[in-house]
Order: sequence, then structure tokens, then C-alpha cells
Amino acid sequence: MSSQVRFTDFKSDKQPTWCPGCGDFGTMNGMMKALAETGNDPDNTFVVAGIGCSGKIGTYMHSYAIHGVHGRALPVGAGVKMANPELEVMVAGGDGDGYSIGAGHFVHAVRRNVDMSYVVMDNRIYGLTKGQASPTSREDFETATTPEGPKQPPVNPLALALASGATFIAQSFSSDALRHQEIVQKAIEHDGFGFVNVFSPCVTFNDVDTYDYFRDSLVDLADEDYDPHDREAAKDRVLDAEKEYMGVLYQDEDSVSYESQHGLDSPMHEIDDGAPEGAMDLVREFY
Amino acid sequence: MPADFNWAIGGEAGDGIDSTGKIFAQALSRAGRHVFTSKDFASRIRGGYTAYKVRTSVEDIQSVVDRLDVLIALTPRTIEENLDELHEGSVIIYDGERTTMQDVEIPEGMVGLNVPLKGLAEEAGGAIMRNVVALGAACAVTNFPIENLDSSLKKRFGDKGQAIVDNNKKAARKGLEYVEEEYDEEDLDYDLDTTDNDYVLLNGDEAIGMGAIAAGCKFYAGYPITPATDVMTYLTGRIERFGGHVVQAEDELAAINLALGAARSGARSMTATSGPGIDLMTETFGLVATSETPLVICDVMRSGPSTGMPTKQEQGDLNTLLHGGHGEVPRFILAPTTVAECFWKTVEAFNLAEQYQTPVYLTSDLALAVTEQTFEPDAFDMDAVEIERGNVVDEESIGDHQTEQEQFKPHELTDDGVSPRAFPGTAGGAHMSTGLEHDELGRRTEDTEMRVKQVDKRDRKVETAREREDWSPREFGNSDAENLVVSWGSNEGALVEALAFLEEDGVDVRVLSVPYIFPRPDLSEEFEAAEEVVVVECNATGQFADVLEHDTLTRVKRINKYNGVRFKADELATDIKETLSA
Repeated sequence: MSSQVRFTDFKSDKQPTWCPGCGDFGTMNGMMKALAETGNDPDNTFVVAGIGCSGKIGTYMHSYAIHGVHGRALPVGAGVKMANPELEVMVAGGDGDGYSIGAGHFVHAVRRNVDMSYVVMDNRIYGLTKGQASPTSREDFETATTPEGPKQPPVNPLALALASGATFIAQSFSSDALRHQEIVQKAIEHDGFGFVNVFSPCVTFNDVDTYDYFRDSLVDLADEDYDPHDREAAKDRVLDAEKEYMGVLYQDEDSVSYESQHGLDSPMHEIDDGAPEGAMDLVREFY
Repeated sequence: MPADFNWAIGGEAGDGIDSTGKIFAQALSRAGRHVFTSKDFASRIRGGYTAYKVRTSVEDIQSVVDRLDVLIALTPRTIEENLDELHEGSVIIYDGERTTMQDVEIPEGMVGLNVPLKGLAEEAGGAIMRNVVALGAACAVTNFPIENLDSSLKKRFGDKGQAIVDNNKKAARKGLEYVEEEYDEEDLDYDLDTTDNDYVLLNGDEAIGMGAIAAGCKFYAGYPITPATDVMTYLTGRIERFGGHVVQAEDELAAINLALGAARSGARSMTATSGPGIDLMTETFGLVATSETPLVICDVMRSGPSTGMPTKQEQGDLNTLLHGGHGEVPRFILAPTTVAECFWKTVEAFNLAEQYQTPVYLTSDLALAVTEQTFEPDAFDMDAVEIERGNVVDEESIGDHQTEQEQFKPHELTDDGVSPRAFPGTAGGAHMSTGLEHDELGRRTEDTEMRVKQVDKRDRKVETAREREDWSPREFGNSDAENLVVSWGSNEGALVEALAFLEEDGVDVRVLSVPYIFPRPDLSEEFEAAEEVVVVECNATGQFADVLEHDTLTRVKRINKYNGVRFKADELATDIKETLSA
């Protein structure tokens, strides 16, 4: 809202209990910077968090916020935004939260295209329950509960989003601070559901999908002659079994948010002192 | 000539039973007669027996009885299904030319009116209108002026054009004329008087939807489920006129979370479902209560457990509503007792939710949901609707509820347990809410003292409400009677009418109908004053009887019905008499 808002205004006075070196620090910083940079302030921002390490984010940020139940942050965010389209709504979750228990809501949130951003901290492991396979864990990723690996292919969140009709699909890396912030900013600015899968390494339990791994392997689409408005190109990239990409993979320029489609343009919190004017007409309908 | 008249149309689902029944019910209502409808239906779209029953009287009626005077039978099974309720002189209208009805035998003592429904409908413009021909025939039987049907036909078919409306009017008159020409009037001795009264006719689900709009509900999210869907159907297309919005969610989990989100934005929000959906919503219910979010969750009960009998009546969810969810959280549970009370209890539910920042279960049931009943329009007097929003702070008053560091305290420890509430967007109000135990700022805590303080604070809201609000039961019958009959929910109507039957038999009772399940009235004094206490409810174990025994330390007698059918007034009178003398 005001130009004097700094990203630190979005910081709460609680010290994160994430492990030292956790990717979530970088992910959160980028989110706060993106919010400040897009002209928001804590009083017009609503952050919805899921469960798990990622879900703690609401506590470490300063804004209107709710820490939901496991996997259901997206419908909460949609409800917040529909009831007050003037708010900037950002939903944060993890790969377990969003692609396992919340997979159904993910598909429908994508279809619904509410104008909010969804940042998933993907570390390809369950961290807070101390190292079990997550839906994005590799097929041969050995954990206490999957000693020989999950033996099933990981969920491909980007492809799932594209197949579900997403209007904005992006991927970023928490340690690449500038690119991450820039990508989240684009998600915020998108008129519709801005989905960002963020590689946010777990330094304690995942020794495969590490900072080094992502740093060496991620291909930044900014370095290519890539048109994010080309759905066919996006299809090729999200289904590419050889490489993983960073940047905006797909954006529908014609995206119209749910609220615009349904004419939701003002906050619903103001109501009359008594029954609304014309309510007696409702009774007359039953003559 | 009976004071009240009972009429039904029955056939297979897909035969247009519902709309035909509704057309007649509306016509009766518009002719100034009281109407009370009930439905027999199965959980399938086509085929299977289904019936729409209409009881009507110039007197007020509030229940169904075991009696049928005129039956339009579109299938032989319709007659079989209703044999118990048919009596000597009952009239059965049927189409003997219909293949399945050719060999039908009209039971002895009853009057069979063989009317070529399909043939006459075709003469009027199409076979599809055969049910309307039957309605015309029913008008002949009852001397009910056929002009009364016209406005209901217009209401039902108006969207399809004047020609369709005119054809239907013609079809009705064909039925009337056929009966008048072919049958002797003395066989048909029903006479339906009309009056000048203007009634409205609606069911419990519609009344809940209307109550929600009246109460300023702006956001509804739900997932289709029998018998709660009509709440969503009612709101869709109407709530928008008042600045609201309806979302059909992907499941009940999403529905309650969408509603929770909207409620956190400050909108009056609601979801409605039935038992299986309540199970799913229970996960989020705890978060709603702990985060102190005002939310109305409507449970239109049906037979359980599991998928149970989706189209049958039961009041079996009480224990779930009282105890559902892990841990301990305060809640309010309101149980409307009549269709009109569905409206008022919905308004009250929104007020309680916001005043005490607590989820409110509004528990209705299938009997209320599908029953259409006539009321004076004043029963829904919008001028009497009052809105209580509770402790909402704005940018000026927020300073009184901040720490020295200007941090807002959404879970401030207060004497009445109610904390200040800041709608998002309010400057200085930014705060965190969570399902984790938290301090006054909403921040996670495992501090033993704060844990106890926050639990006590949340519980204090219920205690405060107990003192401040009126939780009285509704009373009927003789307040000095020695025998006390207690019920909750939709049983009230049958119970009130049962009083007349009991009076005839010299049985004097006092009736308390309890619309508040939690908190609920303290009935200790009433129980002590009574010789016998009987608790009436539609479940097998007597869930409400259990809590009343617990409250009053008094053993009660129980009348439980759980075959899927609501109580009927005459039947209930017999049950009460037998239970009292047992």
C-alpha cells in the first residue's frame, strides 16, 4: 500500500525453529520481499499456511494469517480472497501438505483460479516427522518407512497443474534469492492462481536433493529463449524427464480470476443492522 | 366430511411425482388452506417407489397422520405401499389404460376412479401432462375450485411459455370434466373449503437458506448431499442479490475450509451438510473453535451410520455434534423444531457465532428438510431480525487491545471469554491464528499456564452465554400435568398434535420441546416436579435422553423411532399413552 513498507515489516518477532541451513529461510525471505515489492503491507495481506515445517511460516511472518489443518490451506485461502478481494492472499505449504493429503484441493484450486499465490516449499521429504518419503521423493529414495525407496514415481506438481488448467506455473529455488523473489512477484501479479513450486532443501534428512544438486542441475528459463505463454512449450518442459527448470513455465495472458468472473469486488464483512433491504421479497416468493 | 384431508400422488421416481404434488400443495396454500407435506422417496434418480403426500386443513396442522383420502396411483405398488393408510371411502385415481395398471384391483370399500390420464393429456397437447389431468380429477373429487390450480401451474410452467401453461390448464379441466361426467357425486364426499388467508409454503432447508440471507450471511460453501442440498440450491441465485456468493466445493473438507477462510475475512459464513459430511468436517471443526472463528455449520440429519439410509429420517448425529473432534472445544448446538424455527434458529446461529466467536452447529433433520408447511408470512417477519456482531474492533478502538509493541491480541484473556476481533484490512490488527495452542497474540505456545488460561477462556464463552442468553425450551400442553414429555428437533409438530389425541383419552401431559442442545436448559426442576418423564426422539439409543439423565440425575422413559420415518401424531399419542402406563 505505502511505499515505505519494507520487507522486514512482514517479519514477526518469533525466531524460526527451522534447522540451521534450511531452505525455508530463503523461501520465506523471498515471499516477504515479493509482498513488499508488490506494494502490500501486513494489514492488507493474508497468509495461509499448511502443516509441517513449511506451515510454520505464518508464525514467522507478520500479517493477517491462519495456520490451517493438514493439506487444506488452499480452500481457506480461496475463502479469504472471495470474501475480501481487496486482500493480498498468499498460501504457503509443503510437498507433503500440498501434493499428498492436499492433492485433491490442489487440482481444484488450480481450476478455480482464485487470484492468490501458492508457494510450495518442496524438499522432497517429510521433515517434521523426521525423514519419511514424501509424494515428490524419488522412486529409489531410501527412508525409514521406505527402506528400498517408495518404488513409485514421484508426483509431478508442474504437470499436474498444467493438466488441471493452471494459468500460472513457476518453479524456483530458495537459495537463488533474486530469481526466487522475482518469480514469486510474478505469481502475485498474475490475475489468477499463481503457483510456484520452490525447491527448498532439507539439510537434515535429504542428502540427495541438496543445494549442490539444484545449483548444478536446475536450468534457468531466463537463460533460454523461452516463451512462457506457449502452452505446448510448457508441456514439453514440465514433462521433461531429463531436466528440471527454474522460472515461469507457463502463464495464460488471458487469465481472468475467479473473483472477476463472479463479480466479487468488495469485502463481504459489512452487513446491515437488521435483515437486508428487500428481504421480505424472499418470503413473498413462497406464496 | 373430515376436518383435514389427506391426499397423495405416488409412482416411480422420474414420473414427476414431486412437481405434481407441489403444484397441488401450492394451490391449496393459495386457496387459504393450511398444508403439511411429506415425501417417501428412495435414493435413486429413476424408478423405485416415490410419493408426495399432502395433508391440508383450514385449521393449523403441524404433522402427518396415518390416513389417506385421495390417492393418485401411477403404479400398482403405490396402492400396496399405502394400504395401511387407505380407509373405507378412500378414492384411488388411476389410469386403467396404462399397461401396468390394467389388472389393478381396488380394495373393497374404496372408490376407484379409472381415468384415462394419458389419453386425456394427449387431447390437451401431450402425454406428459397426465399428472395434471389427475390433479383436475382430484379437484372434481374434492369440489376444490380448479381455478386455484391455475396460478400454481403458471408458477411451475411459466418459464416455458404461455402455451405450455394454457395446455396444462386445459389438461386439468379434462380430468375434472371426465370425473364429473363419468362418476356419481355421492361417491365422492370430500369438500375442500377455501379461505381468504394468504399463506406461504416452504420447507426447512428453504427456511434455513432464507434465514441465512436475513441474517446477513454472505458466503456459503457446500457439497451436495441429501437432504442438505436444498439449502445450497435455495441460496444459489438469491444470495448474490444481497452481495453474497455460493461455492460448490470439491468435497466437504474444502467446503468447511472455504467457509472458514471467508469467516476469517469477516463475512458471515455457513456450510451445510448431512452426517457423512459432518464426519469429514470434524477435522476442521477443531480449528474453527480453537482459532475462535465464527462459523455456522448446518447438519441436516439423515439415517446413519455410514451412508445409512440417505433419504430417511433420523436424529442420530447428536453425540457426534456434542462430542465430535479430538480434544475439547466449546461449541453451540441449536436444533430448530419447526420449519419456521429453521429460519429463526439460523438467524440466532449467526448471532451466537459472532458474539462468542465460536462454531455453531445448526442441526435440522430430513423430516424438516423435505416437509413443506404453510405459515402466515409474519412467521418470517424480516423487521424482527436483529444482528449481533459481537466484539469487533476498528482502527480507532484497536489500540485498547494491543500490547505495548502495538501487537493486536486476538485471543485476549477477558472476563467473558470473548476477545476482540479485527477484520483483515484493519490497520494495526495483523495477527496469526492457529490450531496450535497459542497465547493472546495467537502465537504458538506450550507454556503450561497459558494453555490452561486459553482453555478456560474458550470454555468461559459458553458459561457467559449460558447466563446472558435465553435457553428456554418451548412449552405446550398443561404446565401443571404430572406427566412430562420432552423432545427435540422435528418431533415437536407431531407431539403438539398428539396432545389433542391424548386429551380425548384423558391423558394429561406437559410438553417441553428443546431447541438448544448445547448449552441446554437445566430441566432439573421440571423433572423433579414430574411423576413420569418421557423423552421422544428419532434414534435407537436415546442420545438426548442420555444427556438429560446425566444433567438431572433422573431416570427417564424413552420413545425411540429409528425405522426411517418421522413420528406421526396419532401414532405418537398411542406410544406416549402406552409408555406412561407401562
